[in-house]
Parts: sequence; structure tokens; C-alpha cells
Amino acid sequence: MKIQLKIWRQENARAQGRMVDYELTDINPEMSFLEMLDVLNEQLIQKGDMPVEFDHDCREGICGQCGLFINGRAHGPQEATTTCQLHMRHFKDGDTIYVEPFRSRAFPVIKDLRIDRSAFDRIIQAGGYISTRTGDAPEANAIPIGHDVAEAAFDAAACIGCGACVATCKNASAALFTGAKVSHLAMLPQGQPEAAERARKMVAQMEAEGFGHCTNTGACEVECPQEISIRHIARMNFEYNRAGALKK
Amino acid sequence: MFRKLSLPNSLTRKNLMALTGLFLCFFLVIHLAGNLQLLLPAERAQLQYNHYSELLSHNILIKIVSYVLYASIIAHTIYALVLTLRSRAAVGSQGYAYDRRGAVSPWYSRNMGILGTLIFFFLVVHMANFWYPYKFGEVPMDMAGRKDLYRVVVIAYREWWYVALYVVSMLVLGFHLLHGFYSAFQSLGLYHTKYGRWMNWAGRAYTLVITAGFILIPIWVFFTKPTPLP
Repeated sequence: MKIQLKIWRQENARAQGRMVDYELTDINPEMSFLEMLDVLNEQLIQKGDMPVEFDHDCREGICGQCGLFINGRAHGPQEATTTCQLHMRHFKDGDTIYVEPFRSRAFPVIKDLRIDRSAFDRIIQAGGYISTRTGDAPEANAIPIGHDVAEAAFDAAACIGCGACVATCKNASAALFTGAKVSHLAMLPQGQPEAAERARKMVAQMEAEGFGHCTNTGACEVECPQEISIRHIARMNFEYNRAGALKK
Repeated sequence: MFRKLSLPNSLTRKNLMALTGLFLCFFLVIHLAGNLQLLLPAERAQLQYNHYSELLSHNILIKIVSYVLYASIIAHTIYALVLTLRSRAAVGSQGYAYDRRGAVSPWYSRNMGILGTLIFFFLVVHMANFWYPYKFGEVPMDMAGRKDLYRVVVIAYREWWYVALYVVSMLVLGFHLLHGFYSAFQSLGLYHTKYGRWMNWAGRAYTLVITAGFILIPIWVFFTKPTPLP
């Protein structure tokens, strides 16, 4: 198949970027979106041009590294998929495809389609963990956890931190990401001792990173590759408010 | 001044938006319940509505609540502005060249600020027409010697364009409520997986009753043309 590409090219973090047109012929519809970009880059390298830089790692939809804004949607037109799991068969022969980086002030562009998502790392560092002595691996059944609770916690823990929620949010809010992390640990007994402190610190860090507020439009849960529910945002709000109400 | 106004983070600001919003939702119920008296036969409506209006304006408890109401409207408006400005900054100056984000959320949920602004302008017109004359202006007396607010209202609703303004404004309010009611509970964290569906339905039912009720009154008055006694 033949496709027209309009790709965001930006020299470095400080440079002014722009959309650049490329044309690809002979694209196999069974290729993934990233493989199509690989083909483009091969051609650019052969011509002596700079390849288009983009983040990717596992290409199995589980690492959260890839994340492109394709044809006006985070991770492209298909719901609940990462960019690497989007295939060219979802496009038509002769289509024009816009490829842009995820946009938000907290995710500055490093180069082309690569963005700096370390703001997410700092939110996790602020409280997305449990403090524990790390000795031998503990006996798995030492703390009984109901199946429903384990499943619900895992639904939140499934977040891969790709940043699609921020990219699609009209306010560039990181509420779904932070909500998933707060909610995941708040549901499990291991997370209880630090629940209040965690909610306070992670919310404070989210604010410090310059993310916007959540207006509950629900766009994030639609674009989330892991289909994480905005109920987790409500649970974060609950945990945060409870932390404030019970603060000593 | 501005520093003190700004709450520590977006969650606390959204809590304030939710609490003031829900208080305004509560007020709308009382307001609609009172105004449904306008649907009574003219003579009875005139006496009863004017009596009710006088009762409200002389009750100390209602006075306190009304100040809370004004404060809620102002706080809701100011914080909406504060949050919107912050959101603009968070989004950054570089937008998407091709943006189809609108496909994944309802239009009214993305335009609460615009809907809210329209409601604010409607409120100014609404208060200038009824609240201001009743409090500070010249209003004729009814037979019982009370300010005849009923007359002011039914005369206003004889104009088709005025009725149209109300109907459109109430539709705007309806969409604001449709997202706002649900959103408030979500922001406060009172949105449990189990009860989430109930809350959705409660929000829709609430919105339907309030919007339909407030739309019915001016239309009813326009078509039945009740004549108040001199």
C-alpha cells in the first residue's frame, strides 16, 4: 500500500519543530505502525537524511515506551492499543497519516517524536511504592488477599505509563496515571500503612510537574491501552481527601 | 491576595468546584419547587407566589443561605477561571496539527467553561429582571398588600424572545448539569464502582427534572397567558 506521512520533525528540545511530508510506497498492510516507520527510516538513512526518532522497546504492547499521536488520536484510531500494536491494515491505501509526539508542557519534546516522560518517574518516586525490608522473597500466601481485590488492584497496576492519558486530556492531566498508582496500592493490605502519605505526596508531585486538573471527561480511559477506568481517579481523590481529613 | 486564593493543588480546587457546584444543584431543586407554584391557576398562583416570595425575603435562615449561594456562585466562577488558566499552561503552546481528541468524550464535558460562561451571563440577565426590581426597584402591590412578583414574572414571559432566551439558557444549564453532577461526585472521590451506575442515572434523572421543569414554566405562562388580578 501507498501512504502519505506528515511527521513532526524537531532538531532538539529548544529548536522550532514543523510537520514534514514523506511518501512511502509498497507498505505491507500486515506491518505494525512502528515497522512502517522503520521502513521510512531505512530509506532516510540510505538517502543520507536523519532518521525520525521515536521511542519504542518491547513492541509487544506491554512496556509503555512507544506512544505517538496518530491522526489526531493517542496511539492512533484503534482503541485500547499501544502504537506498536497498531497495524497498517487499519489504514487505507493512499491515506495521509499525521504523526505527532504526545503533547503537554510536562512532556517536553527531546527530538522529533521522542518526549521526556520523566515527570511520571518523579510522581512514582514521590510515593508509588511500599517501604519494606527486602530480604528473602516472602511466602506468597502470608497475607491473604481476596481474588476480587487482587484482580481490581491488578486492573490499576496494569498501567504501563505510556502517557496517552495526558496526551488525550484537554487539560494535560496526569490524573489517570497517578490515580492508577495510588489506587493500586490503596486496595492492597501492603499499601495501607503509607496510604495517606502516598496520596498526599503523589498528588503534590503531580502538581509540581505542571500537569493540569482532571475534568472527568473520560477521554483518558478510552485511549488507555490498558483500559484503566477513571474510577481509579475517584479513588485517588477519595484517598487524598481522606488523608487530608485524618491528618494529625 | 491571589496567593491566598489559590488552594494547594488541582484536587483541592476541584473539591471546591464540586462542593459549590453541588450546593448550586441543591439550590436549583428548591428554586424549581418554589417556582412550580407559577403553574397554579392565576388567582391562586398570584397570592401564593407573592406570599412565598415575601416569606423567603424575610426569613433570616434563607438570608444566610442566600449569602452562601452568592459566595458559591462567585467561588465556582473564580476557581473555574483559575483552573482553566492553569490547564492552558499545562497543555503548552504547541497544539496538535491534527486533533481528533473530541471523538472520545462528550462535547459538553469538554466545554463546561463555555457552558458555565453562558449560564453566568444568563444569571446576570435573570437577576436584573426579577431579583433586582424585587429587592431594590418599584414593584406594584397585589391585593394582599404584598409585592406582586407574580405580575412581573407573567408579564416578562409574554414576550416570545424572552421565553426563547430562557429555554435556550435552560438547555445550556442542562448540559452543564449533565456533566457537572456526575463530575462532582467523581472529583470528591464519592464514586464507587458498585454505585457508579446508580450515580450516573441519578445525575441524568436530576438533570432531566431540573431542565424540563425550568423550561416548562416560561412556555406554560406564554401559552396560557394567565392574567393577574389588579
